[in-house]
Amino acid sequence: MSAIATAEHPEHLAHHFDTLEQQAAAAKLGMWLFLATEILMFSGLFLGYFIIRMFYPEMVLEAHEYLSKTAGGVNTVVLITSSFTMALAVRAAQVGDQKNLIRNLIFTIGFAGVFMVVKYFEYSAKFEHGMLPGKFYHAWDHGYYIEGLPHIFFGLYFCMTGLHGIHVLVGIGVLTWILLRAKKGEFGPSYYTPVENVGLYWHLVDLVWIFLFPLLYLVR
Amino acid sequence: MSDKSKGSVAPDVPATEPSFWEADKGLASWLFTLDHKRLGVMYLVSTMIFLFVGGAAALLLRTELLTPEGDIFSATVYNKLFTVHGAVMVFLVIIPSVPGALGNFLLPLMLGAKDVAFPRLNLLSFWVYTLGAMFFLYTLFAGGLDTGWTFYTPYSSTTGTSVVSATLGAFILGFSSILTGLNFIVTVHKMRAPGLTWNRLPLFVWGIYATAVIQILATPVLAITLLLITIERTLNIGIFDPAMGGDPVLFQHFFWFYSHPAVYIMILPGFAIESELIAVHSRKHIFGYKAIALSSVAIAIISFLVWGHHMFVSGQSELAGVIFSFLTFAVAVPTAIKVFSWVATLYKGSIEFNTPMLYGLMFIFTFSIGGLTGLFLGSLATDVHLHDTYFVVAHFHYVMMGGTIIAFIGGIHHWWSKMFGVNYSEKAAKIGALLVFIGFNMTFFNQFILGQQGMPRRYYTYLPQFQQQHVLSTIGAYILGAGLLWTAIYLIHSLRRGEKATSNPWHGVSLEWHTQSPPIQHNFHGTPVVTSDPYDFPEIDRTGETDRH
Amino acid sequence: MNLSTLFLAMAPAKDAPLPPNDAKGGPWSMPIQASTFAPETDAIYLFILVLCLISFVGIIGATLYFMRAYRRRSPDQKTSSITHNGKVEFLWSAIPAVLLVVIFLWSEVAFMKQVVPPSDAIDIRVKGQKWFWTAEYPANPGVQLNNEIIVPVGVPVRVTLTSEDVIHSFFIPAFRIKRDAVPGRYTTVWFEATRPGDYNLFCAEYCGDQHSEMRGVVHVLPLDEYEAALEEAGRLELEQGESLAAFGERIYTRKGCNACHSTDGTTKTGPSWKGIYGADRTFADGSSGKVDDNYIRESILEPNAKVVAGFTPQMPSFQGQLNDDQITALIEFMKTLK
Repeated sequence: MSAIATAEHPEHLAHHFDTLEQQAAAAKLGMWLFLATEILMFSGLFLGYFIIRMFYPEMVLEAHEYLSKTAGGVNTVVLITSSFTMALAVRAAQVGDQKNLIRNLIFTIGFAGVFMVVKYFEYSAKFEHGMLPGKFYHAWDHGYYIEGLPHIFFGLYFCMTGLHGIHVLVGIGVLTWILLRAKKGEFGPSYYTPVENVGLYWHLVDLVWIFLFPLLYLVR
Repeated sequence: MSDKSKGSVAPDVPATEPSFWEADKGLASWLFTLDHKRLGVMYLVSTMIFLFVGGAAALLLRTELLTPEGDIFSATVYNKLFTVHGAVMVFLVIIPSVPGALGNFLLPLMLGAKDVAFPRLNLLSFWVYTLGAMFFLYTLFAGGLDTGWTFYTPYSSTTGTSVVSATLGAFILGFSSILTGLNFIVTVHKMRAPGLTWNRLPLFVWGIYATAVIQILATPVLAITLLLITIERTLNIGIFDPAMGGDPVLFQHFFWFYSHPAVYIMILPGFAIESELIAVHSRKHIFGYKAIALSSVAIAIISFLVWGHHMFVSGQSELAGVIFSFLTFAVAVPTAIKVFSWVATLYKGSIEFNTPMLYGLMFIFTFSIGGLTGLFLGSLATDVHLHDTYFVVAHFHYVMMGGTIIAFIGGIHHWWSKMFGVNYSEKAAKIGALLVFIGFNMTFFNQFILGQQGMPRRYYTYLPQFQQQHVLSTIGAYILGAGLLWTAIYLIHSLRRGEKATSNPWHGVSLEWHTQSPPIQHNFHGTPVVTSDPYDFPEIDRTGETDRH
Repeated sequence: MNLSTLFLAMAPAKDAPLPPNDAKGGPWSMPIQASTFAPETDAIYLFILVLCLISFVGIIGATLYFMRAYRRRSPDQKTSSITHNGKVEFLWSAIPAVLLVVIFLWSEVAFMKQVVPPSDAIDIRVKGQKWFWTAEYPANPGVQLNNEIIVPVGVPVRVTLTSEDVIHSFFIPAFRIKRDAVPGRYTTVWFEATRPGDYNLFCAEYCGDQHSEMRGVVHVLPLDEYEAALEEAGRLELEQGESLAAFGERIYTRKGCNACHSTDGTTKTGPSWKGIYGADRTFADGSSGKVDDNYIRESILEPNAKVVAGFTPQMPSFQGQLNDDQITALIEFMKTLK
């Protein structure tokens, strides 16, 4: 029994695993657990949002009118599309289609970049209008009057989209890292766990946005 | 020795291969090690350093409380001291101690694996822990922190002390905890040796596994809570601070949603060690294996539903209070089952009173008091009187210290020879155990009395009628401090002067005893194969037995 | 046991009257029972205590017996092969579960009684702030008590709590009641006192430097003395033949100034009043000035306008709480503190 692991040692198998299957299964389980912690972290923010919305329904309703539905909508489409190209990239890695893998990874990174650019314009508009979190809120100086305590809404808006934005930036980072590895031809039908795990992460980032968009931009 | 144990089989170990201590040399080989055993040792050293820091703060506090008036420190310094004591003990000592030190060291050994599933992540956890600890140290030097370890708003969002660095520190430590938990869950699922089924896992593994589940489910909520406090303080977004339109009770819900499960992050590893100590040193199969294993998981689940019992008098709805009280009693049942099972394990055993077992037995005594006094606090009417008094202080010290830390010290003695390859002085250790036992009970038992008389906690000065109990408590704290210091001294002494240990001094059956002490870098030569369960001791009398299952 | 003599050298002299001692029943008992809730809370406490003692004696007794009976006598001593026993395990899960439900139900019933105040209760509004309590009686306008409340015996009292700054907790051990005072919202608690006397009121939720000094006294009086006492207590004006300075001293203690300002030179949360009048001050913003009537008046009504260097802006405004006569009396009192 003791000789299982020593006979042949594949290139990507770490020393403490016996087989590639075991290593892949461990990595995947670890990723799913990580995603669970991410969801729980965001759900804390969502809970805070619901409570504030319960406390101050009119304020939330009025304040959300100042978020750009167009920008949010465009970003939603962009992220969903990027999730699709990501799925294609994973598929390409599984079947060993090197060209499509690289092309789809580049598309995904590109869409993530578009998302951040749109986000940048949205944030600049908010800064310009003084719609800032907490004590920095001074929209009244720019001629915008929102009843109640809009500084809480914009505080939450920046917290939630900010934390999500950081996740997108991290996503761009790891996607680039995967792209560089893919260019070296590291992935193929026998070893594609990193691509798959980054894909899972990217789908989560997309999923969080799909909840954020209606809650913040489409309040009723 | 290993020939005495039957059942599990590991290939013979040639004596020539260097242990993990000698496998690599130099500072860098430690700082960047991927070896779970080295990381375990590093966690052990760092948690012990912080135990000393937190303990020193505790002794200073107790000295101040010798008299009803303020004598040695100002009120501000006193408040900072109890905050440092609480925050350091919770975030830097108890939460990382057992999983970080013993869990890291033992989990792969017990599973027959070469390492945890993600060794690099494990190293990252350790450095994240160190980074978080740096934030705490920075807090100490940047004017301290006076919020108490609970960071209640709006006090924490308005006080002038260094709250942001402390909450960021706890936030970072949370990630260390999450990564460790994640790593352990995957390790238990995917890295078990052939034949090591779930029913054959040592109960230590079950306990650490249940802990890891809570770590990854609860800690993210703490992370977001601490992040929100940080943002509340810097930007005043108005979610917790009533002055800006927020709700301070919401913070308490957020905080206890993490921090009550965190209580079980702290105590479940204590249970985990206790099962090993009791079984191995009474040479008997643990009683009610399934009940103990599953009650850990049951506790892990129910622990998420009881947070509101910290808030019976906070102004949450009465119905919520009633529901939380009921669920709190529900969590008492699996805990009681564990205690009864440990006692039943002693029945018809062959009990040896060595130091690990003394701590194991001490645990039954102190944890029973800690657990039973929880009933007074879970019950609504009595909690109204006892909430935020010294009764609560005594209760959680009996659980956290009388439970986790006592078990941890027992565990360190139990696996000392495995980790360091030397034996400590048994005689010195027994003196230490006696001092700890007397000092601990003298310190904290009086505090139940203080609490029932109505002495509120976190008081810098107090009414003269409480002085007698406070003086006793302080004397007890000195004895306890001396006992712990003595323990540290003889353990460190044994590293230099201790006799060389054999590979299996307790004749344990679980896999960690089937490799040399200290283990080689890859733990085992080849992959061990498990054919029976971890409590199948050779002394167990099988004569007259017809069919066990 | 009087160790305090050892440390007295540094302790400030206290000439205030001794605080009440609720623990007259001896060090091992609960405090005096002085409300209708106390007997039931204590009965539940005793019930749980007895159950705990029985369990504890059982657990530790069995442990000690096994430790003696099954200690290792020889290295190869045989042990039993028992691994589990369904019946025993069921019993020791079910019996505690049933007992726990009994505790829960009894305690829940007792707690619910504390939730709903009777409709004929007297109202008191209590506000906590760093670091004193202010009680107002809506039925007796103008009565405002600091760090004391006066209640009649045998009549239910409903206390509506709130806080000015951080969370405090209203705790009367002799009544077995406790409720948090939360800023930005109201919480209520009620009780019915059963025996006249003075009892401690503590702040039980950590609230900063003077948390442990945020204490008050609950005076429980017979019903026929209650109204008169309330009127007497509510009156804070110059008595016949009293000097302004003496009146000022009464205000100093009654309005809670003493929580933060000493008269003997010790620094508490605020500057000491010893030698304060006419002294030169440097303020946190770097400017300086002399302590005169106008400065004192401003500091009482707008405390954070000029904060003395080395202190933090912690003092609440006493606008509307002190009238001009009272402020004048306070100034006269300060002049006497050389």
